Amino acid sequence: MIRHAFAIGLLLASPSLADEVTSFVLPNGLEVVVIEDHRAPVVTQMMWYRVGAADETPGNSGIAHFLEHLMFKGTDTLAPGEFSATVEAQGGNDNAFTSWDYTAYFQRIAADRLDLMMTMEADRMRNLVLPEEDVLTERAVIVEERKSRTDSSPGALLSEQMRAAQFLNHPYGIPIIGWKHEIVELSRQDALDFYGLYYAPNNAILVVAGDVTPDAVRAMAEAHYGPLKPSEGITPRVRPSEPPQIAERRLTYRDARVSQAYMIRSYIAPERDPGDQAKAAALTILAELLGGSGTTSLFAQALQFGDAPVAVYSSASYDGTALDDTTFSVVAAPLPGVSLEDAEAGLDRVIATFLETGPDPDDFARIKIQIKAAQIYARDNVDGLARTYGEALTTGLSITDVQDWPSVLDAVTPEEVVAAAREVLDRSRAVTGYLVPEDEGVAQ
Amino acid sequence: MTSMFRTTLRTCALMLAFAVPARAEIAIETVTSPGGITAWLVEDHNIPFTALEIRFRGGTSLDDPAKRGAVNLMTALIEEGTGELDSVEFARARDSLAASYSFGADEDTISVSARFLTENREQAVDLLRRALTEPAFDQPSLDRVRGQVLANIRADAKDQSAIAGKALRAMAFGDHPYATSGDGTEASVQALTRDDIVTAHTAALARDRIFVAASGDITAEELGPMLDTLLGGLPQTGAPLPERAPMDLAGGVTIVPFPGPQATIVFGHQGITRDDPDFFAASILNEILGGGRFSARLMSEVREKRGLTYGIGSYLVGYDQAEMVLGQFSSANGTVAQAIDVVREEWRKIADEGVTPEELAATKTYLTGSYPLRFDGNGPIASILVGMQMIGLTSDYPKTRNAKVDAVTMEDVKRVAARLFRADDLRFVVVGAPEDLVADQ
Repeated sequence: MIRHAFAIGLLLASPSLADEVTSFVLPNGLEVVVIEDHRAPVVTQMMWYRVGAADETPGNSGIAHFLEHLMFKGTDTLAPGEFSATVEAQGGNDNAFTSWDYTAYFQRIAADRLDLMMTMEADRMRNLVLPEEDVLTERAVIVEERKSRTDSSPGALLSEQMRAAQFLNHPYGIPIIGWKHEIVELSRQDALDFYGLYYAPNNAILVVAGDVTPDAVRAMAEAHYGPLKPSEGITPRVRPSEPPQIAERRLTYRDARVSQAYMIRSYIAPERDPGDQAKAAALTILAELLGGSGTTSLFAQALQFGDAPVAVYSSASYDGTALDDTTFSVVAAPLPGVSLEDAEAGLDRVIATFLETGPDPDDFARIKIQIKAAQIYARDNVDGLARTYGEALTTGLSITDVQDWPSVLDAVTPEEVVAAAREVLDRSRAVTGYLVPEDEGVAQ
Repeated sequence: MTSMFRTTLRTCALMLAFAVPARAEIAIETVTSPGGITAWLVEDHNIPFTALEIRFRGGTSLDDPAKRGAVNLMTALIEEGTGELDSVEFARARDSLAASYSFGADEDTISVSARFLTENREQAVDLLRRALTEPAFDQPSLDRVRGQVLANIRADAKDQSAIAGKALRAMAFGDHPYATSGDGTEASVQALTRDDIVTAHTAALARDRIFVAASGDITAEELGPMLDTLLGGLPQTGAPLPERAPMDLAGGVTIVPFPGPQATIVFGHQGITRDDPDFFAASILNEILGGGRFSARLMSEVREKRGLTYGIGSYLVGYDQAEMVLGQFSSANGTVAQAIDVVREEWRKIADEGVTPEELAATKTYLTGSYPLRFDGNGPIASILVGMQMIGLTSDYPKTRNAKVDAVTMEDVKRVAARLFRADDLRFVVVGAPEDLVADQ
């Protein structure tokens, strides 16, 4: 073993990103974040709304995502499709995405076109027009989207079932795209009601990233977004919370389209909280240690290496950027001839050993080095930074929380990782799913 | 949950009056190392790291036909140890440097993408050198990674898109390597030995087929010697490159039965070479017909007006030794036949009638305006630069490319549309359980 051959000390003296980020709030409540990057004459405008699939009313699953599609259908002054056509005529691209906690719209374009982008984005924040015909055609499109993304993918179907089992009461258990029987009933009025309530400056965050100055962005934002009226109906985002989980939950999904069986387990886990991110940081490092690498992680070493490997793939994952409690997941895909039960037992042995021994100091140090370096590499992708801020600010975090996150990660101790693992990696607070080919038996 | 595709064509003449950035403002230096290796470089010292992209022409098409999958498996094994370092020790060494290396193989290329910090560049480059020139290829790694490749092959066997692509290539490319998957088959990969992997390494990673680009915190003076250190130890020549591929596709419909609510359809016919004088006109035409943007005709007709799909696109595909126009979409089994009719009709329409002056103008504005937006980071820049070299472009191309787009006339697109888009030649491969659709083979 010559593992220390290259383990030199890194200086990693990176200038703080905070120098390049500016923020302010307009009188109507719109928060604005400006991230400067003057390397290329390009800008990205992102409008993030503090509303997502987990804010839907019962029975209307999919309305947040459906509205996202309908936001391209026109306003008092823009015909259906004209928004995107205008962006494209300027050489830009635009799109949008929906999650449980947020809905976001963006354009990426030459920096001198920002004013026009703001004109149009401000227009559709309050002036959407929805012809009934367009609504019905678009509903057919999202039904096809659900078929493509979910119904044609056994893994996505298992994941949907597992979330439904994980969250008995919290709306994180409902798929973002919606249940099919509810999507097909969504109406124009459902979309307009959701829009009127939630799409307003006091429920939005504007992130502008690229070759711009904060002063110029402020002047443009005041001109275009400043006159928009806030919504009266914005209330604190308190969703139904989970009862204590007292029994392990297990399920098996069989499908003829499965080629590779696997088991996946998700544990309920705390998310990053404003001013209190230490536990989430410990869980982030725990995921790296257990399954962040297909070569060096504890799962990979125990399950994929050695004389009697049991898995072809293993991993662990955790993303703490959420408004409410989230999940920590572990996965193992067994080698041919190995049962899912044996692969699962292998994962459980690794976890049990880890809880006893804690992290290897070299593993721990290496992950810290990579976390520091990730800050440097992240600066190469200003769109990624814009997304980082947008996600954080729509899930209850502040700009300070975003900027503190690397140092919070760096401050995590091995003891804190073990403590977080003991708290979270408890099978009585988890859902375990098996994905199996239809023709293959599975022991109960 | 991204809505990838939307909308109808609507040209806004007023908006077209805006000026558009004429060209990409990047300064490309050509660096030749003392040992004779050439690279393109864009220096940018804002962030203390370098992105390095290396390509070897040939890729999985260099496989000995009896050893299909050898180049792919070899490429996956480059990061599994070198000299005295086994897989795990290599990964730990790389991670301790906070460097990243990734290795990939496709039908024409082996690609190496590296990112490393300025403060430990020498060590990061030396570790990469050892991986490229002295890979361990030890038996335990070979068996473990073979298992991963086999899992991928089995996954592709139940993936609608992969099944469709495989069937189309088998019909198109005769005996050429393009006709089969570079991953190999379960049987061929099971049979590969360490000797086969070593042979594939010598055949594929040679200096006579190498392309290099770098972007970031490095100077020309630093890059030259680094190239010799990194790549000077590779053999001078590799295996002969493959010859031109045939194009045996004929028009019609093929159905591959597959369960599920939705069918996946891949369709295509002969394409156009990158050095054809009409290539820019063809690119504009494809953008109008099946481009990724929301106003393209296929998106408008199949998705926006009829709700038959979530997304549809077409592409000018350029392999080193073949060209195709390819398209893909998914649709409910009950609507596949209707969607195929619409695609054929759009194919006929653009061939017979060409495009409108408004469509041509709007597409030129889009293509010229969006081009500079691609060069927005060290990683993307290095990747674009190495790709340009591989298709034979010169380093002034980013400065001249938009003028070539703008020079395309209505007469050009009309002539090229009639030549390129041939509805009767389209082969549709449908993987699913389509209703009311008849296959001809």
